[in-house]
Amino acid sequence: MRVEVDLGLCQGHGVCESEAPKVFKVSKETGQVEILDPTPGDELRAQVDAAVKYCPTLALKLKEDN
Amino acid sequence: MTTTTDLREPPKVSGGDAPDGHLEELRHDPIGLMWRVRDECGDAGEFRIGHKEVVLLSGAEANEAFFRATEEQLDQAEAYPFMKPIFGEGVVFDAPPERRREMLHNQALHDKFMRGHAATIANEVEQMVALAGDEGQIDLLDWFAELTIYTSSACLIGRRFRDELDRRFAELYHDLERGTDAIAYVDAYADIESFRRRDAARAGLVELVEGIMARRSQQPPAEGDERDLLDVLMSIKEPDGSFRFSADTITGMFISMMFAGHHTTSGTAAWTLIELLRNPGHMAAVQSELGELFAGGAEVSYQVLREMPRLQAAIKEALRLHPPLILLLRLAKQEFVVGDVRIAPGKLVGATPAVSNRLRESFPDPEMFMPERYVDPRAEDIQNRWNWIPFGAGKHRCVGAAFAMMQLKAIFSVLLRTWELELAQPGDTYRNDHSKMVVQLQQPCLANFRKLNHES
Repeated sequence: MRVEVDLGLCQGHGVCESEAPKVFKVSKETGQVEILDPTPGDELRAQVDAAVKYCPTLALKLKEDN
Repeated sequence: MTTTTDLREPPKVSGGDAPDGHLEELRHDPIGLMWRVRDECGDAGEFRIGHKEVVLLSGAEANEAFFRATEEQLDQAEAYPFMKPIFGEGVVFDAPPERRREMLHNQALHDKFMRGHAATIANEVEQMVALAGDEGQIDLLDWFAELTIYTSSACLIGRRFRDELDRRFAELYHDLERGTDAIAYVDAYADIESFRRRDAARAGLVELVEGIMARRSQQPPAEGDERDLLDVLMSIKEPDGSFRFSADTITGMFISMMFAGHHTTSGTAAWTLIELLRNPGHMAAVQSELGELFAGGAEVSYQVLREMPRLQAAIKEALRLHPPLILLLRLAKQEFVVGDVRIAPGKLVGATPAVSNRLRESFPDPEMFMPERYVDPRAEDIQNRWNWIPFGAGKHRCVGAAFAMMQLKAIFSVLLRTWELELAQPGDTYRNDHSKMVVQLQQPCLANFRKLNHES
């Protein structure tokens, strides 16, 4: 899977960081999310799903590998 | 591609022949005025308040242009002259997006703090409910306004400060909110009753905060987690040992921190309850959802509150039908083009949740309370992200939206499991008072409650 963020929407609430700290981090400089691991392994699937689902601005997308 | 020569000036809406233009209509029937703009002029039309021209936008395309505009194009800070006397000198109405992000990052709205707020809010509701007794009547405006003073002060400023507040603070705060007459666009210090009360209320709040500061400076300082924002602000001193921030400045900061989340949350709580009581089938669905979620004696927690699709849909639908802010304004700093309409610098530009949230092309049966419209695959809020705008959209989207949704769900998780409620007036007599820019329920707005006896 591949994680993408729309920085036009991200407000840096940090929900994704709480859910999947290995994948997301809100940058102190920009106040927006940085994707630490754009292609996380399946063991992180549940965490990443929660991050995408609960993002307050719906700024995250998950693309499946083909 | 549109060239400059194809552009036209915004069409003007009918009426507004008085010296102050449409001011009186805006003060009495703003929603009627805004619908007339759309009906007569389409996506962009102009009305006038005093010497200020306001170009009102509606519909997905125009709203998207509005919400995507940069600060250099459309500026928020100068669009709300009625806020300055409320916040006081030097407290800005709206920080630029970079500063907002910073605030969010460091402050109470960040996700890592949100987890603690759930229990804080539930605790405040339990206290208010306990004080009300076993049965009786509440005024929905007064009751939710007082409750949300306690929840927002506890979450945003801290427990210690909240514990020093009582109804007096809520009443003064209410007078501030009532001091938002649109006359402020002509003269924010006009000699009218609501502005005199506004100024007296602000002075009253400063006096309360002064008293709290004086008591604290006599006591040993709070330690560690006990410290609240007031302790932090009081710890910042000038080289001569005096406080950096006066009671007046601190009060202004607290007023401004609480303002965006107060009347909005309070009004939405009241309207969600009114709509659920008018629609018993939806009330039963929400009650059974809560019953199942809390059956095992679960606490009101962040985790539980995230999974409440029925209650969440009911709140969203109350927000769509009764958006707390009916007119969002900006000042055009440079020429701004929407479709083929050219908006000259110096004009105000507005978007209207009250109209866009009810557009038939986006929301079938727009006048009906239908929480099912948020269920997949309809998901009408997500499908229509430029017309479903109770929280605004884009860069300026309300940063408190997630907090507000959590707070409302926490309030009803306690309230609907503790009380049986009923409307104390005919259902169609509940309406908003639009005579001020801050919209509030019109009184009377009464409900009866009786304590459910299965509560332990």
